[in-house]
Amino acid sequence: MANLHLQDIKKAFGSIEVIKGVNLTVNHGEFCVFVGPSGCGKSTLLRMISGLDTVSSGRIMIDDDLVNDVAAADRGLSMVFQSYALYPHMSVRQNLSFGLENLNTPRKLIQQKIGEVAAMLQIEELLDRKPKDLSGGQRQRVAIGRAVVREPRIFLFDEPLSNLDAELRVDMRAEIAQLHKRLGNTMIYVTHDQVEAMTMADKIAVLRAGVVEQFGAPLDLYHYPVNRFVAGFIGSPKMNFLNGQVVSAVRGEVSLAAGRGMALQADSFDLADNAEVVAGIRPNAVSIAELNEADVTVEVHGVERLGGESYLYTRTSDGSSVTVNIQGETSQEIGQTVGLSVDVDKVHLFDRETGISLRRQQA
Amino acid sequence: MGKAIAFLTRTRGRGDGSQRLHWTDWFTYGYLFLGIVLMFGPVVWLVMSSFKTDAELNNFPPRFLPYAQESVVLDGHKKPLPLFTVTEGELAGTQVAQVRRVGIVSQMVKLDAPDEIIKIKVKEREPVEKLALAWENYTDLFKRFNFLQFLWNSTFITIISTLIMLLVNSMAAFALSKYEFRGRTTVLALIIGTLMIPQTVVLVPLFLVVREMGMINSLWGVIIPGAATPTGVFLLRQYMLTIPDEILDAARMDKASEWKIYWRIILPLSAPAIAVLAILAIMWRWNDFLWPLIVLSRTENFTLQLALNSFQGEMQTQWSSLLAMTVLTLLPIAVVFAFLQKYIATGIASTGGK
Repeated sequence: MANLHLQDIKKAFGSIEVIKGVNLTVNHGEFCVFVGPSGCGKSTLLRMISGLDTVSSGRIMIDDDLVNDVAAADRGLSMVFQSYALYPHMSVRQNLSFGLENLNTPRKLIQQKIGEVAAMLQIEELLDRKPKDLSGGQRQRVAIGRAVVREPRIFLFDEPLSNLDAELRVDMRAEIAQLHKRLGNTMIYVTHDQVEAMTMADKIAVLRAGVVEQFGAPLDLYHYPVNRFVAGFIGSPKMNFLNGQVVSAVRGEVSLAAGRGMALQADSFDLADNAEVVAGIRPNAVSIAELNEADVTVEVHGVERLGGESYLYTRTSDGSSVTVNIQGETSQEIGQTVGLSVDVDKVHLFDRETGISLRRQQA
Repeated sequence: MGKAIAFLTRTRGRGDGSQRLHWTDWFTYGYLFLGIVLMFGPVVWLVMSSFKTDAELNNFPPRFLPYAQESVVLDGHKKPLPLFTVTEGELAGTQVAQVRRVGIVSQMVKLDAPDEIIKIKVKEREPVEKLALAWENYTDLFKRFNFLQFLWNSTFITIISTLIMLLVNSMAAFALSKYEFRGRTTVLALIIGTLMIPQTVVLVPLFLVVREMGMINSLWGVIIPGAATPTGVFLLRQYMLTIPDEILDAARMDKASEWKIYWRIILPLSAPAIAVLAILAIMWRWNDFLWPLIVLSRTENFTLQLALNSFQGEMQTQWSSLLAMTVLTLLPIAVVFAFLQKYIATGIASTGGK
């Protein structure tokens, strides 16, 4: 069992507060991803959990034990670093055994464990090489192997894939997810890439400026973002935001600044008459329509044809950009004016001032 | 090897395929040759002179190669007699042996008539000489002086002092490069600041301290005061700054103690810088003269440098022994340098970063 509880964790460097009170619970066996733009404090949070950095205030509990003052090595965690941080002067085998030696593991057992881990990560033939003779992906495996071999309670990953090329990243993503399934340990994974977060996580914590904006399952975050930031951060391509105004709260009518009015399901939202809102519409919630039936009229200024799907980058009359995801190919060209119709069931509404979602909490 | 020679003998050529040298080739080789003469001339001269007899050393004008006068053993004379060629008079061209010299006249004997004394003026004869290496200059060092004791003292001081210095300096550099603590910059500034104080200024206070600690006339009195050097701390610190902190963090996660991080991670990774410092330290300690001169006053504690100095008396200097010992003193340091010099280049180059 390895549950992790963070209670009101704060971290300040001098007078600058970088983590402003984080409360989280990660249950045993969960794959939890901290995601956020750079500088949001996600790595700092991870280092505090690892024990490499101290907390300014708050409590870190692992399995109901307060570990604030427990040294990094004694927390039973292991960490995979962004730069891999392999010991350059040691062979792969020594890299793997270093931690076990420090735990006074018998030599025989060390060899056995290294053998198992090497077989699992398919690095057996690399055991006698030095890190400098390995490719990026191989180094990554060794770094993961070094974490696995110590059999920690919780794995911590600090942007482990950011130094790999795109193809390898997809492969390693799958491998880490598989590893998680096989080992069943709690894992905490930091990344700035929301695709990694969406594909791997059981739970995602979206951080911004030292605050957890939302914490939940990936699809919950996708379908029910609590605010405009989360809505914009999760999902690729990004959600489109169009300014609008509530015409009638009772009937759920909202008029878009750049188009016609839409009738939404009034009981899904907390609306007030004449409230200034922002409508969030995912690129796959809009489709091309005849100009006279269109909710919004836009001008195309970019087309990406990927074969299976296409993206139109368009701009409304008031300058807001709208990305449209079209299944299959499209004949639209740059400079054309097209009409878009919006799938009203998939529209999100946010308060224009605060950015908070106006969707009613589900019971 | 062939590649090296081809590289060293490359010329610019005239560019027209002919083998003739361009004037820049002449200039370059001339310049390099001048450099070799300037650098190695004195050393070669020293080695040559160390094989000369005292008589040859006093000869003026000095000659490059070591010559020695030939001598013969004749019946009726106990000692070997030096050989001369007569240059003037009726005996001109014959070889004679000198029995003794009185003023400007020397008493000679012919080789075939060893009992018959002939008187010949000093001006009218020339010594018969041959190329000869005066090995006795070297063997005397072992017979007449306690050369091995001096060598041992120098070696002991150099090795122990270098080891202690590397240990102390690298620990200081580790702390100053990898730990955040209050006053770190101040400590570093203080250490570097001591570079600006000349050794001669601290000589007397240092002597007083060493005396109070009872280390006068002990090799430790030479070793301990030189254990930490600001240059070494600074050099190693700069190198250690380039070791990524994440590696240290990884080691901490691997339950390595701070000592283990230093010993198993930092030290091996700083090897190039440590090699540089080791070479410098060996050279400093081996060639150190002033401080050992102050601390060590008994002959049995002398280092080689002090022993060399003791050959140079107020009245006379034993040049032959002095030169021979100088050569022997140079040898170890030259060997160390020859084997480790590649680390100097790589080490200094890589202290700048990756």
